[in-house]
Amino acid sequence: MYNKTYVLAGIIIFVALFTTPFWTGIMSGSYQRPAVQLPANEKECVEPVEYMRAEHMQLLNDWRDQALRNEARVYVSSTGKKWEISLQNTCLKCHNNTTEFCDKCHISNSVYPYCWTCHIEPKGKK
Amino acid sequence: MSTSLLVVLLIGVVAWLGASLGLASLFGVFLPYVAVIIFIAGVVWRMVYWSKSPVPFAIPTTGGQQASLEWIKQASLDNPSTKWGVVKRMFLEVFFFRSLFRNTYAEVREDGPRIVYFSSKWLWCFALLFHYCFLLVFIRHFRFFIDPVPACITFIEAVDGVLQIGAPRLYLTGVLLLTALLFLLGRRLFNERLRYLSLMNDYFPLLLIIALVLSGMSLRYFIKTDIASVKAFTMGLVTFQPVGAEVTKNIGSLFFVHLTYLSVLLMYFPFSKLMHAPGVFFSPTRNLPNNTRAVHHENPWNDRNAPFTTYAEYEDTFRDVMVEAGLPVEKQPDAGDKE
Repeated sequence: MYNKTYVLAGIIIFVALFTTPFWTGIMSGSYQRPAVQLPANEKECVEPVEYMRAEHMQLLNDWRDQALRNEARVYVSSTGKKWEISLQNTCLKCHNNTTEFCDKCHISNSVYPYCWTCHIEPKGKK
Repeated sequence: MSTSLLVVLLIGVVAWLGASLGLASLFGVFLPYVAVIIFIAGVVWRMVYWSKSPVPFAIPTTGGQQASLEWIKQASLDNPSTKWGVVKRMFLEVFFFRSLFRNTYAEVREDGPRIVYFSSKWLWCFALLFHYCFLLVFIRHFRFFIDPVPACITFIEAVDGVLQIGAPRLYLTGVLLLTALLFLLGRRLFNERLRYLSLMNDYFPLLLIIALVLSGMSLRYFIKTDIASVKAFTMGLVTFQPVGAEVTKNIGSLFFVHLTYLSVLLMYFPFSKLMHAPGVFFSPTRNLPNNTRAVHHENPWNDRNAPFTTYAEYEDTFRDVMVEAGLPVEKQPDAGDKE
């Protein structure tokens, strides 16, 4: 092996860098999916839970466009139920605490939406 | 091109079908682990293999005045004569693709006909764009692999999504990465000389990375999946506690297509031209200083104990024949020997 020091240093750097997720993973221990606090007195969201988990950001974006740009305030869900298009009056009526609901998954997945630059962030009932 | 496209599509179809048929643990757990092992072991093996190859000659490529007399200005970046100079040149090569910046394009003009060379920076520009965007996309993905997510990754995401287009926010690197890839592919397809030179091992990695990027972008913008489940899944992989069907059933098949493309890329990497990443450091044309006039470069396969013949001994052996052929000899043959 020629230039042993350089090559070994290179190999060590390569292996250390590319195994980062594994050794940080082992150090941090097992990961638990964050438990969100679901609304106490409401069982049904505007759409089924699978759809909401994957597409809620798209829905919120569409709702903003509908409400603010088209002045259309009625949303007909896939089940045929009508909802008022409003973050404050529909979504946040049930999900009234961001730290216990939104932030749980968002922070864990490094998602930082800019909802609260315009809307008032609900802190839950005092 | 068409074969590569077919292979890439086939990988996607197989992964899609596999994930849909409930083989998520095969494509989501077994394959990624195998791929990571092959990738790391393969790259290390290739590096050790290269480091065992002797460099018989000092062959640095030079692009300017060699170190010479004091009053002659040396092109120290393009013709380094010291180790530190090599480090500087290597830095510029690795981070800014300096040698690609010198790329020229030759064209035969009809008037004459005559050949015209001109500077062509397109390849440099898009290659740089591709590599840096791919790096940022790669680093961004660590939000799924590390918990809690480090602030530097969040910062990169904030900068990347600074235009705040749509929700989830559009990442600039994703778009630029796809643009650069399409340029690199188009270059091979529409430049007839390059097309003639291009082989499957040129098209396949390009198409594979395009498929990887397209599936990834679809997962983010179009065919979304529950990323909280995805994070639970990836964290299961990196903590060696893979999650079962209760989590994978919440993850769309497209995610497993994306993961399979990545696994194939990792497994393909050590045996392909993509190994230019560590390879650039092993290139004798790049990692040697041009000091051949000052320092003797020993050919490592020369046997120091090999028997050798001095000129005097050589002449002793062949003196008579040399004289006969009229060649000059240092020691004239004795008159007495002739008789």
